[in-house]
Amino acid sequence: MRGQVSSLVVRRLLIALITLVIVSFAVFFATTLLPGDTATILLGQSATPEAVEGLRKAMHLDDPAIIRFLRWVAGLFQGDFGKSYANNVPVATLISGRFVNTLKLAGLTAAIAVPLALTLGITAAMWRGTLYDRIVTVGTIGIISVPEFMIATLAVLLFAVYLKWLPALSLTNEVKSLHDLVRIYAMPVMTLTFGVSAQMIRMTRAAVVETLNTPYVEMALLKGASRPRLVLRHALPNALGPIVNAIALSLSYLLGGVIIVETIFNYPGVAKLMVDAVSTRDLPLIQTCAMIFCLGYLALITAADIIAVVSNPRLR
Amino acid sequence: MTNPTSSGWLSMRLGYRFNLVGVSALGIILLWAGVALFAPQIIPHSVGEIVDTDYFGPVSRDLWFGSDYLGRDIFSRILMGARYTLGISLAAVSIACFSGVALGMTAAVAGGWFDSMLSRFLDALNSIPSKLFGLVVVAAVGSSIPALIATLSVIYTPGAYRFARALAVNVNTMDFMVVARIRGERLPYLIASEILPNILGPVLADLGLRFVFIVLLLSGLSFLGLGVQPPYADWGALVRENIGGLPFGAPAAIFPSLAIASLTISVNLLIDNLPRRIRDRSAE
Repeated sequence: MRGQVSSLVVRRLLIALITLVIVSFAVFFATTLLPGDTATILLGQSATPEAVEGLRKAMHLDDPAIIRFLRWVAGLFQGDFGKSYANNVPVATLISGRFVNTLKLAGLTAAIAVPLALTLGITAAMWRGTLYDRIVTVGTIGIISVPEFMIATLAVLLFAVYLKWLPALSLTNEVKSLHDLVRIYAMPVMTLTFGVSAQMIRMTRAAVVETLNTPYVEMALLKGASRPRLVLRHALPNALGPIVNAIALSLSYLLGGVIIVETIFNYPGVAKLMVDAVSTRDLPLIQTCAMIFCLGYLALITAADIIAVVSNPRLR
Repeated sequence: MTNPTSSGWLSMRLGYRFNLVGVSALGIILLWAGVALFAPQIIPHSVGEIVDTDYFGPVSRDLWFGSDYLGRDIFSRILMGARYTLGISLAAVSIACFSGVALGMTAAVAGGWFDSMLSRFLDALNSIPSKLFGLVVVAAVGSSIPALIATLSVIYTPGAYRFARALAVNVNTMDFMVVARIRGERLPYLIASEILPNILGPVLADLGLRFVFIVLLLSGLSFLGLGVQPPYADWGALVRENIGGLPFGAPAAIFPSLAIASLTISVNLLIDNLPRRIRDRSAE
């Protein structure tokens, strides 16, 4: 039976690989659909036709799309992401610092959101049907139904405008002490935490409630086990797989969330870079940022699937 | 679940049990639908007219929600914005669900390589984060309203497909499907007359959820400046325009967000409180 698990995992990894190929194809072709000739954009309106022709040759723009795609993918594998059109700097240099910033933001959010969401989700399931459970459930529905920028604007309004505790903008180069760090990260992390936790609480609660409906939990109830013991000792170990699956899936929500949060708080991360690249139509930069996000997203949802397979005792 | 003694006239008419939360959520949705339809007749001021000498003005008797960054009436602009937010989202969700459900049912009935190829491809599309997908495609094809509708519907077709296919696969194993096949019925008949009626309830509930996702994504894109372009403005664009008023606590920066929240929360609450008979029809 062990072989079954590993073959399922290998299968899932293969699917992820195929998906990655399709995704990179989609990203490449969506960006090459950009209107306007790249050479003309680079040289400006006043360029002579000869200059445009020369640049097209130098950049291999006249090659068929499939060749350019393959060359692009080959470049990605060698760590060559191309040069930014806007300022002629290698994309790798532009991204490296920003990438660390985004990881910091995501890491901090995960460190806060995961324990918070698990506590709320499990306790809500433990006291299912009580006022506490209803508050948690309605609260999470409320949060997942509103746009991230609304949570962010309300946070700014409350903490920066009325209470004046925090600055409205993030500028990470000013970090000198722990106090600065807290002041700068507080609002972006808080906004992201709200969204991520709401998803995670819903899924965790659903996973625990589902195990609570099984016969062996009813048996434990009948033998007189207390509610916390029922949940923590009997239900939780079996709900662990779905819960970890829920964590991985909710963290993938971070990838969408950072796009809005980095923009609204002016945080120097990859997502902000990408939004700026879209407005300046900087192709290589858009492509690389998009691939980073797709890769992260794919890694998380694949991890979620694999955890679901491995944790299923019926397959072991 | 249905308890005839505790339900009102509505349930007597429809045979379903509705609760108060569901009915009030439906009321808010219908209100916004009415606003979107009749906005030009009911706005107190023209959307382009500068009616306040001050910008980011406070709430007053004449300007119910204050004035925006140019001194225009934000209440009128929100009412008009409803047309763009609701209209674009509704068009996109209809296209996404129609194509997703049609393809999903076809894949479930046809099976074979058609099913596996299509599933593989649409799953791959599904593993691109939706906001990122929106950013890249909008960068490529521009943000005219038809392009926005097309982009949003492409993004949410795979989800609708997956959902409908999973339901249709269950129905496909039923005896009546075997009988219909033996009778020699063709694919269009099987899909339209045998499968669709049996999955309609959950598919409509799914359509509602997807509508919320689309409203949120459209607002997000507009907020980033890549959605609806001036001179038109949907609710996300209104938040973007007036975000500068946030440090002064201007009502113009808050009310458009509240409009989005009232719509999306209502749709979610309505679906959550739908009678089980509609929502989980296939589960019976």
